[in-house]
Amino acid sequence: MLNLVWLVPLFPLIGFIITGLGRNHLGKASGWIASLAILASFVVSALIFIELKTLPEDIAEHTTGSHVVHLFNFINTHAMQIAFDFQIDALSSIFLLVITGIGFLIHIYSISYMSHDEGFGKFFAYLNLFVFSMLLLVLGANYLILFIGWEGVGLCSYLLIGFWYKNIAYTDAAKKAFIMNRIGDLGFLIGMFLLYSKCNALDFKSIENMMPTLMNDPSYITAVALCFFIGATGKSAQIPLFTWLPDAMAGPTPVSALIHAATMVTAGVYMIARSNFLYSVAPIAQQVILIIGLATALLAATIATQQNDIKKVLAYSTVSQLGFMFMALGVGAYTAAIFHVITHAFFKALLFLGSGSVIHAVDGEQDIRNMGGLKKYMKITYITFFIGCIAIAGIPPLSGFFSKDEIMMHIFTHGTNGKIFWILGMLAAMMTAYYMFRLLFITFHGTYRGKGHPHESPALMTMPLIVLAALSIVGGFIGIPEVFGGHHALNAFLEPILLKSQALQTSIYELSHQNEILLMGVAVFIACIGITMAWFGFKKYNAADTTKGIAKFAEDKWYIDELYDKVIVKPLFGISKWIEKIIEKAGIDGIVNGVGRLIQVGSTKIRLLQSGLVGFYLFMFVLGIILLFALQMWLVKF
Amino acid sequence: MLILLLILVPFIGGLASFLFGEKMAYAWAVFTSLLTLAIAGTAYYFYSQATHTTDLSFDCPWIESIGSTFSLSMSDGLSVLMIGLTGLLFPCVFISMQNKQPERKHVFYGLMLLAQAGLIGVFLAKDALLFYLFWEVALIPVYFLSSMYGGPNRIPVTFKFFVYTFVGSLVMLVALLIIYNHTPVHSFSWDAFVSVGRSLPEADQSWLFWMLFIAFAIKMPVFPFHTWQPDAYEQSATPVTVVLSAIMVKMGLFAVVRWLLPIIPLGSIHWMNVVLLLCIIGVVYASCMAMVQTNIKRLIAYSSIAHIGLMCAAIFSYSNNLLGVQGAYIQMFNHGINIMGLWILVSIVENRLGTQDLREMGGIAKIAPRFTIALVLISLANIALPLTNGFVGEFMMLNGLFNSISTYRMVFTIIAGLGVILSAVYTLGMIQKVAYGELNEKTASMKDLTMNEWIILLVIMGIILFLGFYPNALMLLVDTP
Repeated sequence: MLNLVWLVPLFPLIGFIITGLGRNHLGKASGWIASLAILASFVVSALIFIELKTLPEDIAEHTTGSHVVHLFNFINTHAMQIAFDFQIDALSSIFLLVITGIGFLIHIYSISYMSHDEGFGKFFAYLNLFVFSMLLLVLGANYLILFIGWEGVGLCSYLLIGFWYKNIAYTDAAKKAFIMNRIGDLGFLIGMFLLYSKCNALDFKSIENMMPTLMNDPSYITAVALCFFIGATGKSAQIPLFTWLPDAMAGPTPVSALIHAATMVTAGVYMIARSNFLYSVAPIAQQVILIIGLATALLAATIATQQNDIKKVLAYSTVSQLGFMFMALGVGAYTAAIFHVITHAFFKALLFLGSGSVIHAVDGEQDIRNMGGLKKYMKITYITFFIGCIAIAGIPPLSGFFSKDEIMMHIFTHGTNGKIFWILGMLAAMMTAYYMFRLLFITFHGTYRGKGHPHESPALMTMPLIVLAALSIVGGFIGIPEVFGGHHALNAFLEPILLKSQALQTSIYELSHQNEILLMGVAVFIACIGITMAWFGFKKYNAADTTKGIAKFAEDKWYIDELYDKVIVKPLFGISKWIEKIIEKAGIDGIVNGVGRLIQVGSTKIRLLQSGLVGFYLFMFVLGIILLFALQMWLVKF
Repeated sequence: MLILLLILVPFIGGLASFLFGEKMAYAWAVFTSLLTLAIAGTAYYFYSQATHTTDLSFDCPWIESIGSTFSLSMSDGLSVLMIGLTGLLFPCVFISMQNKQPERKHVFYGLMLLAQAGLIGVFLAKDALLFYLFWEVALIPVYFLSSMYGGPNRIPVTFKFFVYTFVGSLVMLVALLIIYNHTPVHSFSWDAFVSVGRSLPEADQSWLFWMLFIAFAIKMPVFPFHTWQPDAYEQSATPVTVVLSAIMVKMGLFAVVRWLLPIIPLGSIHWMNVVLLLCIIGVVYASCMAMVQTNIKRLIAYSSIAHIGLMCAAIFSYSNNLLGVQGAYIQMFNHGINIMGLWILVSIVENRLGTQDLREMGGIAKIAPRFTIALVLISLANIALPLTNGFVGEFMMLNGLFNSISTYRMVFTIIAGLGVILSAVYTLGMIQKVAYGELNEKTASMKDLTMNEWIILLVIMGIILFLGFYPNALMLLVDTP
């Protein structure tokens, strides 16, 4: 089965071609065809996963358990050899399951959610293309194939954010997302050039094998690691390239769930976990990642506490949660980061789809100030959304508790400043609980403040909610820590890939079970404080208050968009306009035209010499001879 | 003989077009260009299979007294690529024009075919004098085409274009004659030029370099020799613009590869950093210019200048294993395909809406979905998105620049890399202004692509995707051990 891994991306590609070509003819069928394509991929992924898990040790290559499938030569010259290869191992197979599994649920959900949209067929074509690109990203056996998927998902994100293209604000958001990602991609490209200039290869295995020699040049490793991290800040919406993600909510809600919460934005986490051999020997880069992750987690959480658009709250929450994942990467806790990717995919997809269900119920309204009391009208959505909230807040035994806790344990025991990072991280965690329950209370509790009659969504939409809610509850059990008598199945599964990098750094936390329990208790207590604050603040919300002071500052997103606009965008266009006017038109072209005019004027003057008077010509002739004589005499003299 | 036919068919076809008159002109032009494409295809086949090699070169005495021979050769992958591009481009342009025929068709198509003959000659010539001849032969029909067909301001613009390129040509001729004078047995052959050129002292090479480079730089054009181009592209009729931007600018790059680097090697290395600097400035400068254009033709013109700047930089990168140069070869072909697609789309917009102003466009995604699909895909190829043909070339060029022997390679690569970002800014801006938003009075009556336009664009999109998925198809051509 492992050799058939190319089937996994092939199904969505076929789905894309069919739904794309038949977008005007297939009608509702295109939704089912697209879903079927993803289901087929999921089945193959599951079979691969099972095979990988039961693979005898001796068959697994080099004990890392990774299996490379060669498809064809992408670039093959004397200067450069890059193969279109897929690499299948524990890490990629987990991502395959998450992408196709959650992707399938969201496809099903979308059949109902998008049913009244005139771009129904196109929507599913794009969605399939996205899944195809995302699968390329996680299957690629070298950085170039990864990059193909990397930019491919960026393209699909662009197409889907700007899906309702008539609205210029939406297409602006799409453009912004693409361009911000491109800024990161330049970092990624330069990282690849750096790697290539020394290793003459871009595939993960060769580079991993070359690490012992590369390690002699720590500044080089750090530079490569930081370049790739710049790429990750773009794709995974970290400081300073995070502002596109909240705007990306312009896309249809299933897109927000799939691309801008569960899968694409975790690509940066995947890429760094995939490059663990690099990052584990680049402590400076790790420190940068840790700080950026923490800062992003805090900044986004403060903004999330003041937003009134249901999707914006979730968007900033995603940015904040991605910050947590990067914190884990920063302390070398790759398993914990992947763990949080998985659980976050469950509950954030659930929350987004839940918000979609709400938006569907209240006729497209997204402002929570115009909602309220919805739990009366939509029981399933309310219960599942509630489950999502407690999962993300970190209340045991739901999934978010285990993954977030694992990250926080690693941070707590990391180096000398670990405890400071832990305290700040806990602050972000408290805000998480607060803003999620604020959202829950304002939306579902109190009395209904909007117009019309809210109603529960159809079964096609609530079924995925129920499945995701179940996953959010039990998802954490794949990584039960030893302190509860578990043996962390995920850790055992991923271990072979991380063996080499774990040998290089001592990040495995060593806490006594007593202290671990204590820390967990504190974490749960802090989450409860957040929830309680939200309860007293918003149980009887009436939408009359206006924000001021620091809250207003957070509501306006710390004015970062305005800052970028003032410092980068406006000057760039201003200078360009100035250059066009001054240098291009008046300068360069002015000189050229000036030379032209000079020649024209000059030649009209010279023309006067050709008067047609033979006497004048004779005169000139004689004058010329005299001059020549004079010149000759002058030359002889010297 | 085959190689001679490559030039003779469009040449005779062009002359015949003048005689045949207006009625037959279109069919004749399509037929001739397709015949040329078939010959080019055969030549490609022979080259790739390494059979019939005698058919791929042609030698006969020409002006024996001064040591010039009529020598043509399809000797390397670059000439194969350029011939392929030239062969492919003309029928595509002709077929896409079916709905909107120019006045005095026989003159238009005749000149186009003559230009094709000249261009093919440039890419095949192995004799300096012959090369110069074809260089001018290619220019003259284009000069007539630009001055007879196009916008209201075309006469002064064409004059500027002509003077610019003609000055360049003259300087080049002088440089070629100087090198010729150094040949022991007077000869214009490429081999003789190479052997005598490299033995010249560095001091001589260093000024000969500029005489040749300025001629080629004007043609490409490289910053700051570029100001003829946006005007010329804006004012010329779009089919002429296609020829200008897809192939004629490649003449400059091709000439650098064939007639500058091997002949003046010391001079080229001596001035490498200056050339790289000009190219890199050009990438960012032209991208900034493109961002603030409101005329779609000028926008694409500046975009093209930015791309050419990167190609020129890659050729001058002197990276190990020819990484940058090979990327540039590939990009020269792919850029030709993409820019042709863009111009065809622009001509469609221009003809149907009667405007080149981006501010007057918008919303046509709804009523012209085929057009929009083609616009989005070809634009994405233009910004080098992976899995389109534009990606691998750009990746190799930037990578080559990064591995250049230049001391400033890192800085150059990072600045050139800004082009990656800026190209997304102006290209996505263009898509947005043309296709998205609400319809207005002007755009409400936009008709979608007709069948002939759709077929041509499907061919172009097919090439874009095929070479995007399997770039190795081109790699085989440009790879030299």
